[in-house]
Amino acid sequence: MKIGVTATGKDLESQMDPRFGRCAYFILVDPDTEEFEAVDNPGVSAGGGAGIQAAQAFIKQGAEALITGYCGPNAFDVLAAGGIKIYQASEMSVREVLNHYKKGELKEISTPGKANRGKGSR
Amino acid sequence: MIISILSGKGGTGKTTAAVNLAVSLAAKNEKVLLLDADVEEPNAGLYLKPVLEESLPVSIPVPQIDEQRCDYCGECADFCQFNALAVAQKVVITFPELCHACGGCTLVCPKEAIKEVGREIGLVEKGWAESIGFRQGRLNIGEPFAIPVTRTLKEGLADIKDSIVIIDSPAGVSCPVIEAVRGSDFALLVTEPTPFGRHDLGLALEMVEHLGIPHGVVINRAGDDNSTVSELCQEKNVPIMLEIEFSSRLASLGAEGIPFSKALPYWQDRFYEVYQSVKEKCLCAN
Repeated sequence: MKIGVTATGKDLESQMDPRFGRCAYFILVDPDTEEFEAVDNPGVSAGGGAGIQAAQAFIKQGAEALITGYCGPNAFDVLAAGGIKIYQASEMSVREVLNHYKKGELKEISTPGKANRGKGSR
Repeated sequence: MIISILSGKGGTGKTTAAVNLAVSLAAKNEKVLLLDADVEEPNAGLYLKPVLEESLPVSIPVPQIDEQRCDYCGECADFCQFNALAVAQKVVITFPELCHACGGCTLVCPKEAIKEVGREIGLVEKGWAESIGFRQGRLNIGEPFAIPVTRTLKEGLADIKDSIVIIDSPAGVSCPVIEAVRGSDFALLVTEPTPFGRHDLGLALEMVEHLGIPHGVVINRAGDDNSTVSELCQEKNVPIMLEIEFSSRLASLGAEGIPFSKALPYWQDRFYEVYQSVKEKCLCAN
């Protein structure tokens, strides 16, 4: 089984990116073996609908769960349709996120956050 | 004949000029149709107080998926630059508010599983303000595309031969303005004698020159020294068709929503003269 974490860099020591749609990478990791790979998020360069594009790309990676900071309503709908569980973490390294996940300490997100947060609106 | 009123700068008095021209021509027994093409904030009706008789919804085509035919191949989602469609395993989700209505998804779908349905973005209302024919476009709040509303507003104009059509355009010089003024026989550019008026008049002049529409300038809130804008007109060899003095009488009528040419009939003659010289200039241009 695999989970995905939104990340600013390409390894487990990089910081988690709190944005979903416009994060730089998804780090896909097997929590048991800690084997991982980083994939580019195509949403980074989307003119609009970044979260939608990111969500479709994420679903294709075959991970069961996503850990991110927040996820807007459009991305949330796509991820939910793809059967992805979404967990929320605050900013820390991907490895720390993983440790919290393994201990069952992360909260599952069941409702979407505000739209356009990754774009810089608050 | 179609006369558009535009300005570049907002708040120079486009609607004031459009409405007073309409009222003046109607007072001289001309048939007049006024179009408020400032579809984001149509407000000529505040002066004219028309009785609206018809309301036509304006829609843009957005995709609807036939789940019976769709095999979730994802080509539509890959094609859409605006991410208005998403395919998540065995579900297609559409985001109509992101759709730019290009129709591309219907073309790339190998299963012909996408048809287009209308999404309402605004409306066009038609009616009468006494003898003046009146139309206005209204774009719903938050909608990004004004042009479909302007197009619907202008439908059938080419067939209207017996009326003088006056188009009150939005401010600026971007697509919605171009859509409003294109096809006009003459453009009246309303400005004010300030550096801002001059700057934006320069932009508007460039636009009408590019579109090849004969044009002239109306200086609103004119004072003793209008050289900021009159110098530009001289430089560009553009006629000043009318000066509307900066006066508290006109301003207070405006604030009450009364077209000043209704309250002060001598303005009807002045606006009628503007129309006469517009007509002459159009004859020369043809």
